[in-house]
Amino acid sequence: MDEIKKGVSRRGVLKGGTALAAGLAAPTFFMRNVFGADFRNNPGDGGTVTFGFNVPQTGAYADEGADELRAYQLAVKHINGEGDGGLLNTMQPLALKGDGVLGKKVVYVTGDTQTKSDAARASAKRMIEKDGVIMYSGGSSSGVAIAQQSLAQEMGIVFMNGLTHSNDTTGKDKRRYGFRHFFNAYMSGAALGPVLESEMGKERRAYHLTADYTWGWTQEESIKNTTEGLGWQTANAVKTPLGAGDFSQYITPVLNSGADVLILNHYGKDMINSLTQAVQFGLRDKQVNGKDFQIVVPLYSRLMAQGAGENIKGIFGTTNWNWSLQDAGSQAFVKSFGQEYGFPPSQAAHTCYVQTLLYANACQMAGTFYPPEVIKALEGFEFDGMGNGKTLYRAEDHQCFKDVLVVKGNDNPTSQFDLLEVVQEVPRSQVEYDASIFGGELGPYEV
Amino acid sequence: MMSKITPQNDNVMMGLFALAILTMPIWLMPIGASYPDLMQKFAIFGIFAIGFNILFGLTGYLSFGHAAFLGVGSYTAVWSFKLLSMNVVPAVIFAVLVAGAFSFLIGFISLRRSGIYFSILTLAFAQMSYNLAYSVLTPITNGETGLQLAKSDPRIVDAMFVEVGAGIPSTNFFGIAMSGYSGFYFCAVLLIIGFYLSLRITRSPFGMMLKAIKSNQNRMSYTGLNTRPYALTAFVISGMYAGLAGSLLAVTDPLAGAERMQWTASGEVVLMTILGGVGTLLGPMLGAVIIKYFENIFSAFNESTLNNIFAFLPDGLQDVVVSVVGLFVGEGWHLTLGLLFMVIVIYLPGGLVEGAQRIRAYVLKKREKKSATSHQPQIAE
Repeated sequence: MDEIKKGVSRRGVLKGGTALAAGLAAPTFFMRNVFGADFRNNPGDGGTVTFGFNVPQTGAYADEGADELRAYQLAVKHINGEGDGGLLNTMQPLALKGDGVLGKKVVYVTGDTQTKSDAARASAKRMIEKDGVIMYSGGSSSGVAIAQQSLAQEMGIVFMNGLTHSNDTTGKDKRRYGFRHFFNAYMSGAALGPVLESEMGKERRAYHLTADYTWGWTQEESIKNTTEGLGWQTANAVKTPLGAGDFSQYITPVLNSGADVLILNHYGKDMINSLTQAVQFGLRDKQVNGKDFQIVVPLYSRLMAQGAGENIKGIFGTTNWNWSLQDAGSQAFVKSFGQEYGFPPSQAAHTCYVQTLLYANACQMAGTFYPPEVIKALEGFEFDGMGNGKTLYRAEDHQCFKDVLVVKGNDNPTSQFDLLEVVQEVPRSQVEYDASIFGGELGPYEV
Repeated sequence: MMSKITPQNDNVMMGLFALAILTMPIWLMPIGASYPDLMQKFAIFGIFAIGFNILFGLTGYLSFGHAAFLGVGSYTAVWSFKLLSMNVVPAVIFAVLVAGAFSFLIGFISLRRSGIYFSILTLAFAQMSYNLAYSVLTPITNGETGLQLAKSDPRIVDAMFVEVGAGIPSTNFFGIAMSGYSGFYFCAVLLIIGFYLSLRITRSPFGMMLKAIKSNQNRMSYTGLNTRPYALTAFVISGMYAGLAGSLLAVTDPLAGAERMQWTASGEVVLMTILGGVGTLLGPMLGAVIIKYFENIFSAFNESTLNNIFAFLPDGLQDVVVSVVGLFVGEGWHLTLGLLFMVIVIYLPGGLVEGAQRIRAYVLKKREKKSATSHQPQIAE
């Protein structure tokens, strides 16, 4: 034992000391550049600026992620002046000149969020720390989006939310460095209310099935507020685990609850499964309380409609955007996306494309990449020609306000993409709300 | 990897290990892995795998539920940040203690069985914890969204000493912010301590007892020795390592999600250990580094990156090569990892460490042949 102790005290201390010295010297060497820069990942005098696109490439939202990535690549092309220019031709007001951003060519890196907060943050950190992105963007799950948005604030890098529909994203979890173009659950409820009233009347009993995470919770709350405002009763609201696969155990009790409307607060594959099973259980053929049984899917997307097939016919919901819109912006986007990839874009692709352009445009307007100035350029920015009519980026919560589409599953689709029929374009004024109702704090400009 | 096990050799290995870990930012640079977040992951999952190896490598008990302890560690640490202080010391201590207590509970029940039954039991417990965290315990874990810090958290200890700033405060070690390189060095120091502990455990009489359990538990029982307390101790120790790793995940990035407890996370640490070499000291660390490297670097290759790499090839050939290689990177990184795993399990059952030993033996043999003429013939290993 004596020998061992000797070994530890002499050699061990020497080795350890050398290692520690080398280790302590290392960071000063590597961090010099960080301290020298006036803000993180300043592109400086280089000829390029890097964007990061962090989307789900594997898992339940992989389809949406793939479409988002296509949109991002298209946006980068258009910003760099390649292709037909897309929405650069219709956006008003426009600072971009089609030669990149502030004279720098845009390049990009991609990452896989796996629809997991941990993986998404790891991937985002790689983009920030290794690839030196000035902005990153992505979406498809609100939980993941909120996790990335709070990282953005910590790191001082702007995060442009892709598809995220929870009220919390620009509500209680809003951040100064996070921006959302997509609409939210509150707006879905406000837009859906009058349509539900005229289609289904004032005396209904609703039964909610809700995905058990931030988006599901806030959507259930918003829809409940709307329907109860109409005079509807709420029979029950049941939380279901995300990615449950089999919903039969949740649907059976609906039949005996006396409810005559089923509201599915589900998205992606969950919605496809729950809706299909509800239809298979014969809910839609039933008569309850002397009325036809109805199903409502508050957040719709074309990709989901494709998955659910026949079952979506006649079912109401809302979307942020649909490719069948006839305004100049939507048409320009559908045209250049179609030319590039051979099929129309989804709403996820649309919002991601627009977000990239908006960020690039804000940098151009601010004349710098310095985040606080870019943020100020985006706050309160009002624009048009991006497919949703006149749109405002509200300064108080970084939420875009624009028209919302109430849609219905198309009874007679003319093509495999023509699945949603726009019932009503609900004007922006009808879905606006006071920024303070959800609480939360944006936080400081400088971090 | 030393030829003979002597205290001197152990100390040399310890020194080299510490040196290699602390100089990571330098030698990882050529392979694009020298950014803080990834190196933090290397160190954290190294701790996780080293701890796991104390159970699996020494006693042979294959636990499929270690991610549960990782998750418990994370949640405990984040709650410590929310309620007590942003200082990481209480967070780490509480996380290790709570994970230890939790693993005692699960170990106490699961260790009544061995072999595949033990594995299934631990898997069941882990999956149960995951589902609890996911839905039932939402008030504590915040479900799918994950537990996050908020500006309105009480932080009792901090509130007494520090003035409230504009944003959410960051985690710190007595004032040193635990993100970036300083976060990595904090994890690295704990990794080195953890490695040293595992070395001492392996070399101790207690470690010998654990190895005896692995080689023949029945014989131990027949000689009148109750092995369960030893196995349970090993289980709790490795649970505490997992708790430490979980707390460090929260230290470097104050957020805890239920997916950390999913069975895939439990499987990952098994892969790390097997890839590097079960029962070896360095193996688990090596496996952790390789898997995290694949997950973070290979998954980020996209078509344009590949086109840049293969730009030297003629146009037609370039497209073919890019589309073939493209299957194995980006979203296909799991495929590459799977292939590597198969190759290792088939040709090097002892993991990468066995590979290194074989190379070493080969080189030594060659040298021996050259120099030795009067020596006795080499005895086969």
